[in-house]
Amino acid sequence: MSLLEKPLIKGDKSPKDVTEDIAHLVEAKPHLKWLWMVLSAKSMLLFYMVVVGCIVGIGMGLMGVNHPVGWGTDIVTFVFWVGIGHAGTLISAVLYLFRQKWRTSIARSAEAMTVFAVMTAGIFPIIHTGRPWLAFWLFPYPNQRGPLWVNFRSPLLWDVFAISTYATVSIVFWYVGLVPDFATLRDRAKKDGRKIAHGVFGALSLGWRGATAHWRHYEMVYLILAALSTPLVLSVHSIVSFDFAVAQLPGWHTTIFPPYFVAGAIFSGFAMVVTLMTLIRIAVPKFKDYVTLDHMELMNKIIMTTGMLVGYAYASEFFIAWYSGSKYEGYAFINRAFGPYWWSYWTMITCNVVIPQLFWFKSLRRNIPVMFVISIFVNIGMWFERYVITVTSLHRDFLPANWGLFDMTFYDFGALIGSFGMFFTLFLMYIQFVPAISIAEVKPVLGTGKEGGH
Amino acid sequence: MASDGLPIFTKLDGMMAVFTEEHQILEAARKIKEQGYTVFDAITPYPVHGLEEAVGVKRSWIPWVTFIAGATGCIFGTWLTWWTSAVSWPINVGGKPMWSLPAFVPIIFELTILFAALASVKIMFVACGLPRVNPPVVDEDLTSHKFGLFISSKDSKFNNEETKKALADLGAEKVHEVSEY
Repeated sequence: MSLLEKPLIKGDKSPKDVTEDIAHLVEAKPHLKWLWMVLSAKSMLLFYMVVVGCIVGIGMGLMGVNHPVGWGTDIVTFVFWVGIGHAGTLISAVLYLFRQKWRTSIARSAEAMTVFAVMTAGIFPIIHTGRPWLAFWLFPYPNQRGPLWVNFRSPLLWDVFAISTYATVSIVFWYVGLVPDFATLRDRAKKDGRKIAHGVFGALSLGWRGATAHWRHYEMVYLILAALSTPLVLSVHSIVSFDFAVAQLPGWHTTIFPPYFVAGAIFSGFAMVVTLMTLIRIAVPKFKDYVTLDHMELMNKIIMTTGMLVGYAYASEFFIAWYSGSKYEGYAFINRAFGPYWWSYWTMITCNVVIPQLFWFKSLRRNIPVMFVISIFVNIGMWFERYVITVTSLHRDFLPANWGLFDMTFYDFGALIGSFGMFFTLFLMYIQFVPAISIAEVKPVLGTGKEGGH
Repeated sequence: MASDGLPIFTKLDGMMAVFTEEHQILEAARKIKEQGYTVFDAITPYPVHGLEEAVGVKRSWIPWVTFIAGATGCIFGTWLTWWTSAVSWPINVGGKPMWSLPAFVPIIFELTILFAALASVKIMFVACGLPRVNPPVVDEDLTSHKFGLFISSKDSKFNNEETKKALADLGAEKVHEVSEY
């Protein structure tokens, strides 16, 4: 039975109920559970700031990077977070273009996740430069050094343009979606005579009123942004994969990288959406009416599909390494699976390929604790995927004289764990202060699955 | 203007009928158009399917702006990479030509998207007359669950009593006289 035949929103709600439910989340005083969650996330954020402060103040020597592994966990964690962000764009833009109505109740949170994940990601390459105070050199601005321009032939610079464009367009897309909801909150504040809220939401809503003459432009721009974000999101992770694929290192220099990275990004991003949604459904029970088990099941199906795509990529890499006859390429892959970092490779395979197969069973796809655990495994697995790609290729390249090992230090772990503090602090703030489900987008789908609905 | 009670205005700019159901606003807009009104608009909490045709607004022209901005971004990106890499300070990187177009495609692509997206959003706000400080709010529920139909006094068919009656006959919950729209 297709989902379209069932109501997307539970509880037979009227548009008024929807406004009440979602606006209430913003207007009500923070819940004690939320406060505890924010306090723990903020403690992790403070820890993160101390760790990053040490790395910046004392130097990159605190982290594990050294010859021959010059790209360490900064790059691994950067790719991990950028990948997380991609599911948000997939839900908000690609599913919008395919007219998937079920996206409406998760799109806002998924987009917020994108914005925060990209913000978290962006810090890592800047730390990795070693002298972050000179990071503005990455932009081609007229300068007094010649002017000496940036190297536009470098994939690392493509990355700067891709990530900054992606961050900008994602924030704008998110904000455009929020404008009508801020107008709703503004008018509610006016009705109740809450002056400060009226002022704040009035400014945020930019004076939106919802005239039909305005909606026609609004809907068109929303469609345009979706249509622009779709190739953008594919380009971003393709370009991230170019950071590796354009280099000549065995294990990196493969043409499969762009689609393989994009599939992996969507895979990990959907896992993070499932993690967040299961948590929100616990912290804010009202969400259960909007993000139903049907939504979760659909996301789990996408996780399983993209997980198998990623599994196919792993297999295909191995096959081509053998079939190409290149002994360096062949060795790189044997070394991945059976060399000193075998444990990271098999963690990756277990988490990304084996465990998601449980979603073949409908009962497990619709079981909240099970999907929560699986989504965590997928996130771990996807972090290890980037670890495997980055570290195992670098640590043994062409010349055995160049071989060496990489070890994570306290600061590598600290930056990784701390970055979750930053991400969760931002996300929890968003849950409390911004309407976490699109009020204006949910209302038109209320009729779905009802008698006489469309 | 508050929803409770109608203040008296010397200058009348139109009439706003408030409906409670989605199908009512669609019907009302169609009937008002049939009756010969031309200068009217609807305010809805979400885009109502079919209302654009009923009110008679045309398809948005913003895609043209998107196209022009995207083309500008594309040309700018091409110029930027060419001028900096091949003209201003040419540097030989890996023996590639100074004007190595394939390597510049990602930059050009990203700038195309960036220009197109930002210009589309900017022009949307300009076209809607936003940002607007303290926009007139006739009924606070119009952004929540009610639907408003506004007829301007500039409409040649506008007549204080008749228009009010016409709107009330369409099943409006309330009809407001509006001084500013």
